[in-house]
Amino acid sequence: MEDLSHLKHTPLHALHLSLGARMVPFAGYDMPVQYPEGVLKEHLHTRAAAGLFDVSHMGQIVIRPKSGRVEDAALALERLVPVDVLGLAEDRQRYGLFTNAEGGILDDLMIANRGDHLFLVVNAACKDADFAHLKRGVGDTCEVTLLDDRALLALQGPRAEAVLGELWADVASMRFMDVTEADLHDVSCIISRSGYTGEDGFEISVPAASAVDVAQRLLEHPDVMPIGLGARDSLRLEAGLCLYGNDIDTGTTPVEASLEWAIQKSRRSGGTRAGGFPGADRILAEFADGVSRRRVGLKPEGRAPVRGGAKLFIDAEGKQAAGTVTSGGFGPSVDGPIAMGYVDAEHAENGTRLFAEVRGKYLPLTVSALPFVKQTYKR
Amino acid sequence: MLKFTEEHEWLKIDGDIATIGITEHAASQLGDLVFVELPEAGAAFSKGASAATVESVKAASDVYCPLDGEVVEVNQAIVDDPSLVNSDPQGAAWFFKLKLSDPSSANALLDEAAYKELIG
Repeated sequence: MEDLSHLKHTPLHALHLSLGARMVPFAGYDMPVQYPEGVLKEHLHTRAAAGLFDVSHMGQIVIRPKSGRVEDAALALERLVPVDVLGLAEDRQRYGLFTNAEGGILDDLMIANRGDHLFLVVNAACKDADFAHLKRGVGDTCEVTLLDDRALLALQGPRAEAVLGELWADVASMRFMDVTEADLHDVSCIISRSGYTGEDGFEISVPAASAVDVAQRLLEHPDVMPIGLGARDSLRLEAGLCLYGNDIDTGTTPVEASLEWAIQKSRRSGGTRAGGFPGADRILAEFADGVSRRRVGLKPEGRAPVRGGAKLFIDAEGKQAAGTVTSGGFGPSVDGPIAMGYVDAEHAENGTRLFAEVRGKYLPLTVSALPFVKQTYKR
Repeated sequence: MLKFTEEHEWLKIDGDIATIGITEHAASQLGDLVFVELPEAGAAFSKGASAATVESVKAASDVYCPLDGEVVEVNQAIVDDPSLVNSDPQGAAWFFKLKLSDPSSANALLDEAAYKELIG
């Protein structure tokens, strides 16, 4: 047997085992990939009712300005991300990217303005590097703390609002990307209306000591089912969302990754705070001049899934390369295979027919708009 | 004669024809299948060669040819409805029938008791 004793546990580890989860190593943690219902049913349940995800392996980071003025923390963080942080209103959250000097992506993250500090959620595999990067980048004016005493739960799906409302918190007034502090059964939680499934839903930061209690109370609701990493991946792929390490990394830029929407006008050329982030020269030049490849959605024509790593060609004989699939699988709600990947810019137009090499065959697929499912965010 | 492999295939052998599928244990480990690719009738395989592919939402897995032989028939029903492999893996969801090059080679495979011991 492989020695898994080095793996870290989230505060919900024992609960996962008691629910019959199949555990796998992920980003240094022993995590549930699926529960007894299986990936397919977990995926469909999340889109039909509500799914509960343990995402406690992700990093939760507080950036507190030494001056006491959150604007100072926002301006400091803007040195590391091509994002309008200063313009982020109190109790609002937005998606962001850490870039490197070459314009590549170090990680993607969520940034919330909590009034007197910023609250960040970063990827598990990157959290130690992100923490060090933040301390170097903003440590002169801010106190940076990686919270290791909090769990993170995600409740996703069309019944999420009603479930939270019935159990404790009036979250109906929250809009997509709002953040608030609320008591869930006398436990002080930070709740954001966001997620990684394309569904309406919430991410809930809970003190570690209360995580099992909060999770169990949510799972007692008949609409809520526990969801593993397997369905988390198929849900985000249908929603067209990037997985760091697969679809974006230090070798891809925000413009190549079709993430221009994450860079607000104020940080682009001509904006009030244009540039001033790592890799700005390259990234702003790519806004002006375009890029040689783009991340696109890909819809295989048949039933065979096309997985990450498959090579793409413009012809059915595999003669002229067109790019590479970075994520691919089967979309249970789409009821068919779906994928995304990078293709040469001249073949990136929606409707372009390409061919993916799978087990020696060349399977036709079409460049398609993302997401593959309708987003149901409460804007 | 019913035989098993360490790769979690079963073989029902009648003369020189083996009907081959994957075990209940394998089907349960793979989870809900969404795609099955079978070989062409007439294809010849050596023992251990990849003869079919099954895919769940998460991953693709090979099904290996358990003995040398030639495919004489495939089960289109599991291509049309891959979930049959989850619901009836050791019955209606057989994969293909193999004309064995050497029927006596099956003697070296696991019997049911040995397979059950293998999967614990």
